[in-house]
Amino acid sequence: MTTLNRDHAIRQLRQMLLIRRFEEKSAELYSAMKIRGFLHLYIGEEAVAVGVMSVLSAEDAVVATYREHGQALARGMSAGSIMAEMYGKKEGCCLGRGGSMHLFDAATRFYGGNAIVGGGLPLTVGLALADTMQGRSQVTCCFFGDGAVAEGNFHESMNLAALWKLPVLFVCENNLYAMGTALRYTQANQDIAAKAASYGMAAAAVDGMDVMAVEEAAGKAVAHVRQGSGPYLLECRTYRFRPHSMFDTELYRTKAEVDEWKQRDPIEILADRLVAAGLFTAEEKEKLEREVAAEIEAAVAFAEAGTWEPVEDLTRFVTSERREA
Amino acid sequence: MGEFRMPSLGADMETGKLVEWLVTPGQPVQRGDIVALVETQKGLFEIEVFEDGIMGEPLVQAGQTVPVGTVLAMISSGTEAAARTEVQAEPPAAPAAAPPAESPVVPPVAAPLAGSPGRFACSPSARRLALELDVDLATVRGTGPGGAIQRSDIEEVATARKAGAAPVVALEKPVAAAPIQPMDAETSAARMRQAIAAAVSRSNREIPHYYLETEIDLSRPLQWLAAENQKRSIQERVLPVALMLKAVAKALRDVPELNGYWLEDRLQVKTEIHIGFAVALRQGGLISPALHQVDRLSIDELMRAMADLIERTRAGRLRGSEVTDATVSVTNLGDRGVKTVHGVIYPPQVALVGFGRIAERPWAEGGMLGVRPCVTATLAADHRATDGHQGALFLEALNRHLQLPEEL
Amino acid sequence: MSESKAMKATTYREAVKEAIREAMHRDQRVFLMGEDVGHYGGCYAVSKGLLAEFGPERIRDTPLSESGYVGAGIGAALGGMRPIVEVMTVNFSLLALDQIVNTAATLLHMSGGQFNVPLVIRMATGAGKQLAAQHAHSFEGWYAHIPGLRVLSPATLEDARGMLWTALEDPDPVLIFENNTLYNMEGMLAVDAGPVDIDTARVRRPGRDITLITYSASLFKCLDAAEVLAGEGIEAEVIDLRSLRPLDDATYLASIARTHRVLIVDEGWRSGSLAAEISARIMERAFYDLDLPVERLCSAEVPIPYARHMEEAALPRVDSIVATIRRMMSHG
Repeated sequence: MTTLNRDHAIRQLRQMLLIRRFEEKSAELYSAMKIRGFLHLYIGEEAVAVGVMSVLSAEDAVVATYREHGQALARGMSAGSIMAEMYGKKEGCCLGRGGSMHLFDAATRFYGGNAIVGGGLPLTVGLALADTMQGRSQVTCCFFGDGAVAEGNFHESMNLAALWKLPVLFVCENNLYAMGTALRYTQANQDIAAKAASYGMAAAAVDGMDVMAVEEAAGKAVAHVRQGSGPYLLECRTYRFRPHSMFDTELYRTKAEVDEWKQRDPIEILADRLVAAGLFTAEEKEKLEREVAAEIEAAVAFAEAGTWEPVEDLTRFVTSERREA
Repeated sequence: MGEFRMPSLGADMETGKLVEWLVTPGQPVQRGDIVALVETQKGLFEIEVFEDGIMGEPLVQAGQTVPVGTVLAMISSGTEAAARTEVQAEPPAAPAAAPPAESPVVPPVAAPLAGSPGRFACSPSARRLALELDVDLATVRGTGPGGAIQRSDIEEVATARKAGAAPVVALEKPVAAAPIQPMDAETSAARMRQAIAAAVSRSNREIPHYYLETEIDLSRPLQWLAAENQKRSIQERVLPVALMLKAVAKALRDVPELNGYWLEDRLQVKTEIHIGFAVALRQGGLISPALHQVDRLSIDELMRAMADLIERTRAGRLRGSEVTDATVSVTNLGDRGVKTVHGVIYPPQVALVGFGRIAERPWAEGGMLGVRPCVTATLAADHRATDGHQGALFLEALNRHLQLPEEL
Repeated sequence: MSESKAMKATTYREAVKEAIREAMHRDQRVFLMGEDVGHYGGCYAVSKGLLAEFGPERIRDTPLSESGYVGAGIGAALGGMRPIVEVMTVNFSLLALDQIVNTAATLLHMSGGQFNVPLVIRMATGAGKQLAAQHAHSFEGWYAHIPGLRVLSPATLEDARGMLWTALEDPDPVLIFENNTLYNMEGMLAVDAGPVDIDTARVRRPGRDITLITYSASLFKCLDAAEVLAGEGIEAEVIDLRSLRPLDDATYLASIARTHRVLIVDEGWRSGSLAAEISARIMERAFYDLDLPVERLCSAEVPIPYARHMEEAALPRVDSIVATIRRMMSHG
């Protein structure tokens, strides 16, 4: 186990807490109809985004799914721009055009946000291809779920990445359910990490509830990719404590199972570890909570105060506004 | 005091049924606590509170279905006593600050051309061309698909007019329109009757006719005619009807208000004088093909034109313009033995001149009684366009011109 | 246009290849990616010899993974390359439809203007080779329905040679459809032929009596038909659309203002076709110029059959174009 670095761990704790409280707030706002459409919460999976982002650098690229608030926050997008986006406001990261499922940010090389399961995998391959062809050594990291493993795009992308030895980190967030269908009903072989072998690709599986474990595993994976050894599949075994989306009665899993997984809350795991090592106090946790609460409150205020994109701009950005010479 | 409302759990959730309260009034609750069960089309949901406080009295009872956003209960903060104010369980105000519901800019649609006469199947382009060229669509026979008027039909009219023809008069309604062409006798006759029926009915309905008649002494013109015909071969003989037609044309020059169309509530005087003259068909029925520019034809030319027209009319070989161009009509029923013709005007013309038989009549002149060859000339005219005054002037002119046959 | 240009005999296929070569030389970011473009030399031999000239990185064979490599093309474009993705035929593009529609066409708008996709996708299209239903589609009209895409249809040698570079310069996704029956077409092309505009339709043959609007291989059927009709005193004006999205309305509307009659010839199926769209636009903007209803000649609404006579019967033909125009002109 990696040595506990206090500052680093507390930063990670704060990030996970930010994600947690942000998601809880989003649920409240969705219930109050401030946020509309679909809302997919990352609660329970925070360690995966935070752990992986810890080993990615600013030059790297990130592609994610519709359950991407955690990745977006961990990547460095502001809570305000995400919240405003979900409110549909012009001040949101995408002018309010994308909403919860389509967060994009050029500044942090965050390529969405994708409502099509597996839709981002080929895009990832392409980004990595561009890096290879232009002699750049950065990594493209793609987050996707266990459901995406069934899609043709997964197999095509894994094959292409391995075939062309592209610098891709495939991160599968295996939360055991593709919407309402358990893994055992979707995969003949439920061992996702093992699938990489059929493409000649390196892989590992890791406990996705433990941010330190995730960071360590991701670190190894990224090192592999950066040194030009080809792509890597990292399966993070995790669990979402909330339903698939807001409008889901969870008929497909038992409360007992959820409660059992809640015993392994990634935030508690790290906090307990810090406290046990004498590196963290209850007061410090309180302080973190207050900071996070303030940040979220500011984000909500920002979103509330936001404005609507004028309808006259509807047809803007169907095509680029500036043409290259 | 916080409001605990029925939450929106999904885009298609509009209402929720409160199935069971899981807390009691007065019970302290914390943010995230499950306080009730709600049923929706998706199934049963546990719903949570988002703030700390004391649960108030339920405002919605178990078993009630309410819209999303309805206040289910109040949550007081721990320090306040629970207020007893009745809060109605109202539906929520509209979601905060919905963006203005403007529709995006819709590209403008061109305004339709005004002023085209309705009722006829006519291509849009032909319709516009007709307006440009001042062609009355009511007078055009269409040769397009299904009898629709096309540009070529308008162009033909315009070309004919340039060559001296006036805009056309439709004898038949375009709905029943068919170019004149050989067809079997029975169909032809039936069609003919239909057309005539339609025309005369319309005439009767729309045109306020007035009638004038005069007796014309034809002794001088007939004498002149006899002398002329002596110089000619049988084929070149001139008939009295030619004199009458020419005289009508010249008289119309004097009283032009009788040579035109009544359209759109006004008289359109036509400068060209095309006389439609009735030709009886062997199979029954009547056609009034037009002799063009009668005022400019010599008597001989007029005779030849008449003969040609009669022949082609009976053979069914008329041109479209001949059927439609007449600006005035003449009916000569003299050879039927009728003394006086009281005609029915062919709309949109405004006059019809009738001639009865030429017969010897007693004639008083200069106190002396004689016998002269006379003909009763009648004028049926549209009272909207002219009055008896003009009509009288016309008949007077007609007589005057006939008395100078050498100048016809 | 200079008066005496050096011309050379060439084919449509050669013109496309030259376009690719020129682009690859001009801009190192350009590369060709698709099935059998490298070692095989291209399904239609368009890229024959290019692997030897440019190497496997830039003439990149892909596995049979349409969705995968079209999406990769999108990603590569986002990452600063200028990929030419070749989908063997429009028939197989259906496997990549999600990537084309939900990502390539949508990304710029959905991200609020942050990410444009400078991707060019070339596809062979059309029927006529007895390849039967699954290999005979003409889906240009479908793609022309999607906002965020440009759709081009080069029919002539000049366009086959010149549209590609202009498309590569476009910051947004461009689809280029090459009719499979045109690859062997021979003709003369200026030695210095270069980029052409991708915005305008062209009058390929002027005429006063009727406007013939068409694109792709049907252009040549229309030109042949016009020649036949000229012998009967009917002068047809033949317009090559060239760009299917956006459509150059101005060119055909100006023509209709003169001729007053229109026939649209479209190899797609009639219902919901591009011809239907054009017909609607003519209704909206040239209604008062029309002397006849707008007519369309499209493929029969059947899956394209294998047997030659049946396939021919299903597609627009010179004789059916001629017959239609004769009928339209027979009135008045």
